[in-house]
Amino acid sequence: MTAPPDDRTATGIRAAIAGGDRSAVEVCRESLDRIAAEDPRLNAMTVVLREEALARAAEIDARRQEWSDLPLLGVPITVKDVICTRGQPTTAASRILRGFRPAYDATVVTRLRAAGAVIVGKTNCDEFAMGSSTEHSAYGPTRNPWAPDRTSGGSSGGAAAAVAARFAPVSIASDTGGSVRQPAAFCGVVGLKPTYGRVSRYGLLAFGSSLDQIGPLTLTVADAAAVLGVIAGSDPFDATSGDAPPASPAEAPCGHARGLRIGVPRRLLEAGEAGLDPEVRSAFEAALAAIGEAGAQIVDAHLPHAAYSVPAYYLVAPAEASSNLARYDGVRYGARAGTSAADGDGAADLARMYERTRHAGFGAEVKRRIMLGTYALSAGYYDAYYRKAQQVRSLIRDDYDRAFADAGIDVVATPTTPTPAFPLGDRAEDPLAMYLGDVFTVSANLTGLPAISLPAGRTAAGLPVGFQLTGRPFDEAALFRVGDVLERAAPWWRERPRDGAGGADAEAGRGGNG
Amino acid sequence: MSRRLTRAEVERIAALARLELTPDEAELFTRQLGEVLDYAERLQAVDTSAAAAGWRPGAAASPLRVDEGRPSLPPDDAVANAPDPAAGPAGARFFRVPRVIG
Repeated sequence: MTAPPDDRTATGIRAAIAGGDRSAVEVCRESLDRIAAEDPRLNAMTVVLREEALARAAEIDARRQEWSDLPLLGVPITVKDVICTRGQPTTAASRILRGFRPAYDATVVTRLRAAGAVIVGKTNCDEFAMGSSTEHSAYGPTRNPWAPDRTSGGSSGGAAAAVAARFAPVSIASDTGGSVRQPAAFCGVVGLKPTYGRVSRYGLLAFGSSLDQIGPLTLTVADAAAVLGVIAGSDPFDATSGDAPPASPAEAPCGHARGLRIGVPRRLLEAGEAGLDPEVRSAFEAALAAIGEAGAQIVDAHLPHAAYSVPAYYLVAPAEASSNLARYDGVRYGARAGTSAADGDGAADLARMYERTRHAGFGAEVKRRIMLGTYALSAGYYDAYYRKAQQVRSLIRDDYDRAFADAGIDVVATPTTPTPAFPLGDRAEDPLAMYLGDVFTVSANLTGLPAISLPAGRTAAGLPVGFQLTGRPFDEAALFRVGDVLERAAPWWRERPRDGAGGADAEAGRGGNG
Repeated sequence: MSRRLTRAEVERIAALARLELTPDEAELFTRQLGEVLDYAERLQAVDTSAAAAGWRPGAAASPLRVDEGRPSLPPDDAVANAPDPAAGPAGARFFRVPRVIG
């Protein structure tokens, strides 16, 4: 619907397979070959499902004519390792789920399979999706395809690297505080967090239940819209999911932005605390200008409480995590520790088994969040921390509601992140510094609003920069419409990182900010 | 360094969370969590007198399903991932845990 079909995009691959120009097996082999060649260096994958993928691709080829209208026919995809795939390893990049094989598919996986997608593997992430760098993974960090000494972002760093490195044109991942959008920005791809309630979370290993949402990482806006069309909709297994008006890919893009009002929260951007990098700022302004040239009106957005989103988020999210992760106790699944005869017996024995299992099974960041959340919910601190954070959260949502209703703003624009991808190891020992980098992404989770990160250029050192749009509830269509305008003006997605090193390949011609 | 979080509190919270910590971890978390809590103090400056208390997204919709029986996960599948499953009489299967009652 936006860029002409390209044989590297999901929509392009689907068209080629449905039309009989390419076979699903050939496309699947290409995907698997790229993973085999590049993943030893990038570490984006936790498991590659070679045999299953080739068998499914062969089935698709055999039934091509019957299935030719499937929206993702033969499209290779990867799935973040926090999303259940029946009978296939699902570990959340945690030692505590080593060997776990779910008894069912997540609803998004069921829908993707039914749409003709071919799952080629699972992607690396921060343990239980807690982190912003994929360094908190039991499998080790994922490297950024554009700069191997830098993070690919997190928590969905493997998913973003897999799309950027052309392992597969689509990754499915979860976003609790920016985990789809921040890695998408760091790796130069599109990342969408749909509206809370748009997509079922059944089969997603829960982290923050009032924040979690599943969304796609893709090369293009059209691909993101196509995947959302497949995974959206109500599900009896997730009571928060609903049948909201569809974000119809067909009606969204129209090649211009006339009639749209884009709000920029200048005060938040200018605050020294946001730590906005000058090169990120100039890429942001250039993208904004391109959207203005396409007819949008750019106005100031007044979001006075957005500056409190990081402290509110880092109380609410750990509180929910501490509750959700109570289930990992060494009884029903995963690893168990501390049951040797020397431990004694009686009731203390069971408690000790829990404590030792969780000690041995969880990594440092997960432990920190469980501790922080338990503290925020504990007697004597609940009102000062958790309740206060929830109240601030409601004020942040009020700010957005006013911007949309009173100021007539259709979408709010910010950079996705204050800086480009940071070097591996830079923030690993400084949790607060890591959290502060989430200043522009956590608001969408606290408010439930849809948000998208779009590629918006690169720094002088060649690092991708992300441009974020946040929209009204269930108005992903506006994000796609503005995203399409930006993508036409500056098709950064056509550039790809060079294999085996940093830097860009010249093969596809560069997109310039217009 | 935080004035509001002590090593003893960290150990108390770890016990509540059923989480064993090494002395090094307890020391590290006392410092790191103290820094985060110090940072979170800025929330106290926000006037929340007019704010909704328990707001969360999607709160408006709470669809109820029909209360009727449906098939659930087969027992064999349910225990397939258990670290220490046990077989009982008549083919029943269980999760086994350390003895709780003397």
